[in-house]
Amino acid sequence: MLFHTLRTAKARAGAVAAIAVTVALVATGCASSGGDTSASSSAGGNSGNLAITFLPKNLGNPYFDTSDKGGQKAVESFGGTFQEVGPATASPDAQVSYINTATTQGVGALVVSANDPTAICDALNEARSAGVKVVTFDSDTDAACRDIFINQASAEGIAKVQIDLIAKQIGGSGEVAILSASANATNQNAWIEQMKTYAASQYPGLTIVDTVYGNDDDQTSFDKTAALLQSHPNLKGIISPTTVGIAAAARYLQTSEYKGKVALTGLGTPNQMRDYVNDGTVTAFALWNPADLGYLAAFAAKALIEGTITGAEGDKFDAGDLGSYTVGADNTVLLGDPYVFDKSNIANFDF
Amino acid sequence: MTTATMNPPTPAQASTPARVYKDYGQPLWRRVLLTREMAIIGLLVVVTVVSFFTVKGFSQPVTLGYLLLDVMPILLIALPMTLVIITGEIDLSVASVVGLSSVTLGILNQAGVDVGIGIVVCILVGAVAGAINGFLITVVGLPSLAVTIGTLALYRGLAVGLLGTTAVTDWPKFWTDLAKAKIGGTTIPVVVILFVVLAIVFAVLLHFTPFGRGIYSIGLSAEAASFSGVHVNRTKFILFMLTGTVSAIAGIYYTLRFGSARGDNATGLELQVIAAVLLGGVSIFGGRGALHGVIAGVLLIGVLSSALRLVNVTSDVINIITGVLLVLSVVAASFLAWLRSKRVGPGGRKHGGSSAAKA
Repeated sequence: MLFHTLRTAKARAGAVAAIAVTVALVATGCASSGGDTSASSSAGGNSGNLAITFLPKNLGNPYFDTSDKGGQKAVESFGGTFQEVGPATASPDAQVSYINTATTQGVGALVVSANDPTAICDALNEARSAGVKVVTFDSDTDAACRDIFINQASAEGIAKVQIDLIAKQIGGSGEVAILSASANATNQNAWIEQMKTYAASQYPGLTIVDTVYGNDDDQTSFDKTAALLQSHPNLKGIISPTTVGIAAAARYLQTSEYKGKVALTGLGTPNQMRDYVNDGTVTAFALWNPADLGYLAAFAAKALIEGTITGAEGDKFDAGDLGSYTVGADNTVLLGDPYVFDKSNIANFDF
Repeated sequence: MTTATMNPPTPAQASTPARVYKDYGQPLWRRVLLTREMAIIGLLVVVTVVSFFTVKGFSQPVTLGYLLLDVMPILLIALPMTLVIITGEIDLSVASVVGLSSVTLGILNQAGVDVGIGIVVCILVGAVAGAINGFLITVVGLPSLAVTIGTLALYRGLAVGLLGTTAVTDWPKFWTDLAKAKIGGTTIPVVVILFVVLAIVFAVLLHFTPFGRGIYSIGLSAEAASFSGVHVNRTKFILFMLTGTVSAIAGIYYTLRFGSARGDNATGLELQVIAAVLLGGVSIFGGRGALHGVIAGVLLIGVLSSALRLVNVTSDVINIITGVLLVLSVVAASFLAWLRSKRVGPGGRKHGGSSAAKA
């Protein structure tokens, strides 16, 4: 029955009608099956429902494995049910179906590190209107889509810990340079400004002589480190507030004559820095502890579920081993000062 | 079987040597029911029913809504992709066209252009992207696999390059609401209507027009099709343009649903589309397949992953299950074809012939 072989207009109209009827039947069939089930099992109320689902950016990522372990420890400590789900790749929309699933399951709270601040917004709000509490950690969404954000570190805290570390390593005075990411990275520039202000007020003998940019590229950062040491013969220390930069700088120092003479610190991850810390190239560096971040997020979720807090500024809640926390501006909870990694504790971390 | 008179003519009938042939080698019920399409539809029904009664939360009406929203880009692109694969070609650039269309809409929206006009521009961009594929394949004569691997990188590169790592997230509420709106009091998204319309258009085009018959004959043998009067290159060109256009529509939907235009939107979607099309019974060698099987294939993958997510199976295991299912479905088709060829005795007619053997 080829369409064009239906000679008469009548036959053609008949074919169209047949298709239309079929579609209508299928469509109404779907509709009624959707409607019939509305009465069936809908998840119960959420008061006291301590089922907490962690949704990291992606699974198989050591950083999130660590944070989710922290979350699991917390959830088990207060007798809730812990669940970790997530996409295999950190694409912007991949988390949506997991959020929808959690909504359908009727979990008590969802702890999310957002791949995209906007793409998952609607899904999160649907979850919230279904009674699921939403906590973001590590990477926030738009403020309107979550109840609380657990911030890993503040700009002041990051600046302070790095200046303190370098000052301690070079003896409080001398020339220091900064190896940053790119010249227009907003967060990096904010930290550098804070570092300069803090250094000027606390360590008058410490001068920041240069800021160079490795563009978060391993080779560029490596070359910039070499150039920095050439052009500033009196340099006593380098601060690199970026994980790519600090690893590249450490690799240069390790094989150069400056090893042990020029101090290096900044923000890095234990797995990247392990060798350099163990062989003495780097004494100490900072980052937050992802396990604590997950732990705190789980306790914030518990407080929200139990109604102890609503996420408003000034709300106080208890976070187990970490002590008591207060919600700050923009429904944000600050984890605290960055964590310092050195030879004594680096073996305890794997991320 | 009713008109089967294959016996040698008896002397009495010799004066009227009218031999009547069967229209089909097999009775209607066998032709309708014993197909790969029906096997996939059957599997879809079984999986849905089992999930409905055993998976907690699956029977809630919202599940259906979420499921349809999730698989919608795959459903849309699978329609033209089915036609392309039946001709024996392939289009790997679809997900990149989705990204390009998403970024185009984002940039136009950022520049203050009305979203309605932006949508028209996006569809044009998709058609042009598809036409470039079609030009290189039909006029220049390059293999579609090579061309679309190239444009996969090219269109994605353009998309990411145009918008960088930023995202356009400020959309008029009317349009984002439309992308998520539900039909009446049900949980079925409005965008299903768009899909149903397109599905009817593509089903009529493929199954009930000379153009569609041409698509099958190109898949079986482009040369034979050409000699029997099918415009092989024109057909392929049109199909690649359609793929580009529908991918752009999927991109528009994708952008508005998530309210976020990014260059890396829908990365890797092309493989999900092709997997669903093959699962739906389309032969990668061309010449075989039907739209109802493909739609069931997409829904089967959607229902399976939705149910597995609800029972907290991780994404890796879901991928493994989908992969095994796909391999099994391809192997089963080849096995059945082999079995059929064994059953036909010496001198017997081969039912279904070359097309089945190819699947």
